[in-house]
Amino acid sequence: MLDLTYETPKPKVIAGAKHDWELVIGMEIHAQVSSNAKLFSGASTRFGAEPNSNVAFVDAAMPGMLPVINEYCIEQAVRTGLGLKAEIHLRSAFDRKNYFYPDLPQGYQISQLYHPIVGEGEVLVEMGPGVARLVRIERIHLEQDAGKSIHDMDPNMSFVDFNRTGVALMEIVSRPDIRGPEEAAAYVTKLRQILRYLGTCDGNMQNGNLRADVNVSVCLPGQYEKYQATQDFSHLGTRCEIKNMNSMRFMTQAIDYEARRQIAILEDGGSIVQETRLYDPDKGETRSMRSKEEAHDYRYFPCPDLLPLEIEQGWVDDIAASMPELPDAKKARFMGDFGLTDYDANVLTADLESAAFFETVAKGRDGKMAANWVINELFGRLNKQGLTIAETPVSSAQLGGMIDLIGSGEISGKMAKELFEILWTEGGDPAEQAAKHGMKQVTDTGAIEAAVDEIIAANPGQVEKAKANPKLAGWFTGQVLKATGGKANPATVNALVAQKLGL
Amino acid sequence: MSIDIDTARKVAHLARIRVEEADLPALAGELSGILTFMEQLNEVDVDGIEPMTSVTPMRLKRRADVVTDGDIQGKVLANAPDAREGFFAVPKVVE
Repeated sequence: MLDLTYETPKPKVIAGAKHDWELVIGMEIHAQVSSNAKLFSGASTRFGAEPNSNVAFVDAAMPGMLPVINEYCIEQAVRTGLGLKAEIHLRSAFDRKNYFYPDLPQGYQISQLYHPIVGEGEVLVEMGPGVARLVRIERIHLEQDAGKSIHDMDPNMSFVDFNRTGVALMEIVSRPDIRGPEEAAAYVTKLRQILRYLGTCDGNMQNGNLRADVNVSVCLPGQYEKYQATQDFSHLGTRCEIKNMNSMRFMTQAIDYEARRQIAILEDGGSIVQETRLYDPDKGETRSMRSKEEAHDYRYFPCPDLLPLEIEQGWVDDIAASMPELPDAKKARFMGDFGLTDYDANVLTADLESAAFFETVAKGRDGKMAANWVINELFGRLNKQGLTIAETPVSSAQLGGMIDLIGSGEISGKMAKELFEILWTEGGDPAEQAAKHGMKQVTDTGAIEAAVDEIIAANPGQVEKAKANPKLAGWFTGQVLKATGGKANPATVNALVAQKLGL
Repeated sequence: MSIDIDTARKVAHLARIRVEEADLPALAGELSGILTFMEQLNEVDVDGIEPMTSVTPMRLKRRADVVTDGDIQGKVLANAPDAREGFFAVPKVVE
């Protein structure tokens, strides 16, 4: 494996009217656990079902119903913790977070405030080749998701669906180590990639399966370094929390707006009030969620319905032994084993399906050539037609077979592009299709030589020019390729032309 | 620690329990009494003692990740004061 060392990126600096300001960002990511059933009931987690059909009496908080924990959700949280190189707590416990809202039938959320299942970990967030931020994870706890309210079906009523109520969530809390809107988006992207590799969350932001609460504050240059040296938050500014971001684009916009809002207040001599805010994408601004303020008194206490959660080290070890290769390791391996560039390795490891496809194509072949074909031709074509890698009409075996034909010199790069087109539209075996469409590169130097001689004999004027200026020899190569219908190997033609012209 | 009338009012509001103004002094007194008893318990030295969660050693019961429940929309909505098109219908709450 390659030893990759990274430089730390510069924080985002915003110039105020008076002086420069830096951003400090911490995030709480809510990631829905991939599981069949809910955290404490046997109801399904399937998205898009009829309203209130994925609801057991436990989820609806009917009197006398008791929660029973789903073991697989615990396993998923442990797997996530291991994937973030975090400490796993063999003993954790559940607490009640009390508040009233129509989508929370219990009147409390079962969460893990005091004893979370996962402790400190880290995520490496790359910002460019050789530049990365190491974001510390403070904790991950398991909790119940809330239901969904729909406000636009009736002018006077809100409609409530409990299908999501009680689905397991992992709340992944970072330290305030993120220093700008782009880093925030890159952090979510990286975390999402890891969760998808692990299979612990599908990362679907559109459905709200991954959403972020973003804590933003601003400080003067130099203050953040004091915080890092002491871990004393008093060196940092007062933060505001922007709730429920489920789009990378809106998230970066919201952070930028919020930082500028805070700077304007501070430079005007005011002070920041710690509060929860919402981003309005239509207006491009954040606004205070005043109603949330009083509700912030959550009166947490240990959940009397659930014993502490005790897990065994052996069980954790078994999960650790079944961990898949993670993005950082896969990327390093692709760069080391296949000689890929940083950029290509990033593209090919973005998701598991792409990585697996590439590996099949590259196995036993030229890795760089495989990467070029997969990224430039295949991904380019898939993107253009809005297809995913799972829907590709050209399989990894077909693409590999085609690369073999290029490698052995049977077809030229130009022919390969045509053959790719044929495989895309008609399918079939690459070698058979090449033969059927008369694609065969002429490597017989005798035939090429004859063609070269013919062109030289027919164009004495060009010969003189080329002898005076060898750069013009390319014209002959072009003519020969044209005469042989593109079937001659360009490298062979070049060499012969140079030889015949005495260059 | 004693609970004053304002605190009693706030606790009642947070719990969404309607308490008449006239009843608050008595309630505050009762809550203070409970907390005084807690303070008395706090005098016991429990350093180094694991909190006890059950009398006999018990392990948190687990369930397999299998869908065994749900598809009872009618029953779930049966007691709702108002339900429409499969949803609970409540007075408008918009943030």
